[in-house]
Amino acid sequence: MKTAVIVFPGSNCDQDMYYAIKDGLGEEVDYVWHAETSLDGYDAIMIPGGFSYGDYLRSGAIARFAGIMPAVIKAAKEGKPVLGVCNGFQILLEAGLLPGAMLKNKHLKFICETVNLQVKNNDTQFTKLYNQDEVIRIPIAHGEGNYFCDDETLKELQENNRIVFTYSGENPNGSRADIAGIINEAGNVLGMMPHPERAADALLGSDDGLRLFRSILNHWRESTHAAYTS
Amino acid sequence: MPLTHLEPSPEQIEQEKVYRTMGLTEEEYQKVKNLLGRKPNYTETGLFSVMWSEHCSYKTSKPVLKYFPTTGEHVLQGPGEGAGIVDIGDGQAVVFKIESHNHPSAIEPYQGAATGVGGIIRDVFSMGARPVALLDSLRFGDLDSSRVRYLFEEVVSGIAGYGNCIGIPTVGGELQFDPCYNGNPLVNAMCVGIMDHADIQVGQARGIGNTVMYVGASTGRDGINGATFASEEISEKSDEKRSAVQVGDPFMEKLLVEACLELTKHDALVGIQDMGAAGLVSSASEMAAKAGVGIHMNLDLIPQRETEMTPYEMMLSESQERMLIVIKKGSEEEIKAIFARWGLHAVAVGEVIEEEVLRLEHKGKIVADVPSDSLASAPVRHMPSKVPAAYLANQAAPAWKPEINNYAKTIKKLLGQPTLASKEWVTRQYDYMVQTNTVVAPGSDAAVVRVRGTKKGLAMTTDCNAKYLALDPNEGGKIAVAEAARNIVCSGGVPLAITDCLNFGSPENPEVFWEIDESVKGMAKACDVLKTPVISGNVSLYNETDRGAIDPTPVVGMVGLVEDLDHVMTASFKNEGDAVYVIGAAKPEFGGSALQILMDGEVSGKAPALDLELEKGRQGKVLEAIKSGFLASAHDISEGGLAVAVAESVFGTELGCDLKFDTDPAVELFSETQSRYLITVPEATKKDFEALVGDAVFVGNVTRSETVNLAFASSTVTLNRNELENEWRGALSCIMSAKN
Repeated sequence: MKTAVIVFPGSNCDQDMYYAIKDGLGEEVDYVWHAETSLDGYDAIMIPGGFSYGDYLRSGAIARFAGIMPAVIKAAKEGKPVLGVCNGFQILLEAGLLPGAMLKNKHLKFICETVNLQVKNNDTQFTKLYNQDEVIRIPIAHGEGNYFCDDETLKELQENNRIVFTYSGENPNGSRADIAGIINEAGNVLGMMPHPERAADALLGSDDGLRLFRSILNHWRESTHAAYTS
Repeated sequence: MPLTHLEPSPEQIEQEKVYRTMGLTEEEYQKVKNLLGRKPNYTETGLFSVMWSEHCSYKTSKPVLKYFPTTGEHVLQGPGEGAGIVDIGDGQAVVFKIESHNHPSAIEPYQGAATGVGGIIRDVFSMGARPVALLDSLRFGDLDSSRVRYLFEEVVSGIAGYGNCIGIPTVGGELQFDPCYNGNPLVNAMCVGIMDHADIQVGQARGIGNTVMYVGASTGRDGINGATFASEEISEKSDEKRSAVQVGDPFMEKLLVEACLELTKHDALVGIQDMGAAGLVSSASEMAAKAGVGIHMNLDLIPQRETEMTPYEMMLSESQERMLIVIKKGSEEEIKAIFARWGLHAVAVGEVIEEEVLRLEHKGKIVADVPSDSLASAPVRHMPSKVPAAYLANQAAPAWKPEINNYAKTIKKLLGQPTLASKEWVTRQYDYMVQTNTVVAPGSDAAVVRVRGTKKGLAMTTDCNAKYLALDPNEGGKIAVAEAARNIVCSGGVPLAITDCLNFGSPENPEVFWEIDESVKGMAKACDVLKTPVISGNVSLYNETDRGAIDPTPVVGMVGLVEDLDHVMTASFKNEGDAVYVIGAAKPEFGGSALQILMDGEVSGKAPALDLELEKGRQGKVLEAIKSGFLASAHDISEGGLAVAVAESVFGTELGCDLKFDTDPAVELFSETQSRYLITVPEATKKDFEALVGDAVFVGNVTRSETVNLAFASSTVTLNRNELENEWRGALSCIMSAKN
């Protein structure tokens, strides 16, 4: 599996994502500069965290206009897995690949800590290796992670099982329905505020995030195998 | 049109003593005249006033800084460049420095703190290193004051705002509260970077004819005269100097880091330096002076954020996120391309010349022409020194003895003091995990950051107990270094070297100067014995308000090498049944202790004594025990004594302990005798440990329980972990949310 990690000016979790895939997963991975226009040849697309363009406007609001974004949207439409973490999630929202918006954390302060997440849907290509309702330990680090959507959208997300992760126990940022991560209708675009790439090495406290990347890899292997045999 | 015609003439500057308002003394002005052989014009007077300020020249502290040992087996670069460099093997090196931003933070706390972080990061990457960690040593006044709470809240936000955005983890530091910092908070930021030896850069303008380029943000009118401002006492008039505080842009700096690290791999780069304090004038004159050359600069080419800036304003501006580089002539276009990729401008603004002068051209005229080394050679001031009466009185005072009725209550109260309470309210706002190398997060004795691709790690800490220094600057100075080393050792690291931030009051007060002199002597002695040379640092004087000087606060930033990440050790108890040991007997030493502050509201008597040879021996033994895999936890016993150390070791665990002592409870629990450790050892390695560390005393065992039992001959102190932990964890957030 060949993975692209998109680098915007101000991305700062790009290396963390890169190493989670290279060292944690042992798979091929490249940085792809925001000004590039093609993602052909990549099997999975990662939009990392950070402060793209400084996030002086709404988080992710400028990144959605970057040269690479049409290629990200194309990859999403082709069914390739697209994972947006933290600022990457915010960018996916701004780009319209996922519904809803981000507000400032309810206490108006940046929060960095490892939290409990509940896996609400393990039947996705990102979560197959987790148990349904399993509680995992993944770090968060954000100032604007208070997910918001209207009633209609929430109902849509709930009814179609598109809420993939929720905060378990105390909700750290005030997000609607404790939402920490959601998936698109087709099931190949996941946005989440917590950082699975920071939980890919037991030395740093948790490797619960590694199974997310392994799930993507397994799914890719199965689908390419299926493609060969059919 | 720039308002240069409104500037006073050289004659007016002399007659009306304009130089005085710019910060130059009578003597210094005469020296400038002699150096130039004429009267300086307005721009030149400005250059000298800022370069000869204490902040840039260290003119008052220079005689004292000589005490510090600055060389050692592993030191690759000592003081004098952007930051110091120490070898960590395998062709790699660690780069670090600490710097103050006290005065700006007292006036505009968010930007003051943010730009303090930005400045220290530039010092580190200008050496060619990738910044991998930040630490912040903070001191504020009494949290009962709404002004102090405002300063505290905004400083923390400013640090978080900058560090989080730029993507460098803030992994440690310290936080203390004391009324002496009312109105004059201390904000000291430290940055640590990692590099290959091959990439070491210096801030030198070598090679006649080479091109001087300006990179990064454009120059505005912010921060003009900031360095001079930092060399004055804070008064009610300080608010008028708000324009001397700069505004930070961490996004711009993130781009600058990446572009400059690309640049350092390029053969065309000759020298690079941050435009920090005193901006363009310091970077240009220092780069020229260090290489024994001159620089001719055309100010019309300087990227300007505002219109009609005068040469004076451009040269003295402290606009952030700017670097000055010298490159080989002819490579301008390649260098521009590197910066263009990151959306940054690189502009050729001058060239290296043979004549050793800093020559500035503006609108076709030479507006300043001064010898390059003259700006860097402020006349050294030898200040008078006087032993303070308070010191003599404290030395002669009878030993302080506490009378404690309820030990459990006293311990709980101590843990709720803002200085001792959990710092989670602060550290939660810092991204301490980005870069995914943080092996030991904030909260243990020292933070540990992995060196990616190796088995090694870097342990890092900042330390200074100013209360000991208030009583005895020499002993307190020694303790600051020793405690930092103890924290490194308890985390499994070999202490390598230190950086220091010397925060004091006005050196013009002979008693304050005596404190500076004694503190540095004490620190230097400890650095000698513990083999931790000083590789970089910063001096912040004039930390005074109308209520007087701060306590002497020379903050020590230390980095140690964890040779194998298997050696990483933390303070928390690990397993039920582990044996608990205390190394070092407590003596009735309460001067400057947390207990004394709690009970008296002030400190008195003698500071704890430090035996450096004993200290060194014990550190060696503890480190050996850790490396041999004998220990389950290690914690140094410092502020608050053993009682606080035990409590901190059970917090965050499901464990308690049963400990028994045949000593005096007040002394055992609260004395701040130095060189003591709280250690736990699994059953399997007890014998080996006891054989190695002969003076370790077995005091009991770790239990799976909520209870901490401390038994003495006269009484037993029983503590409930949850109750203590709630008090400790909630104290700061409770104060900050209740009173806003």
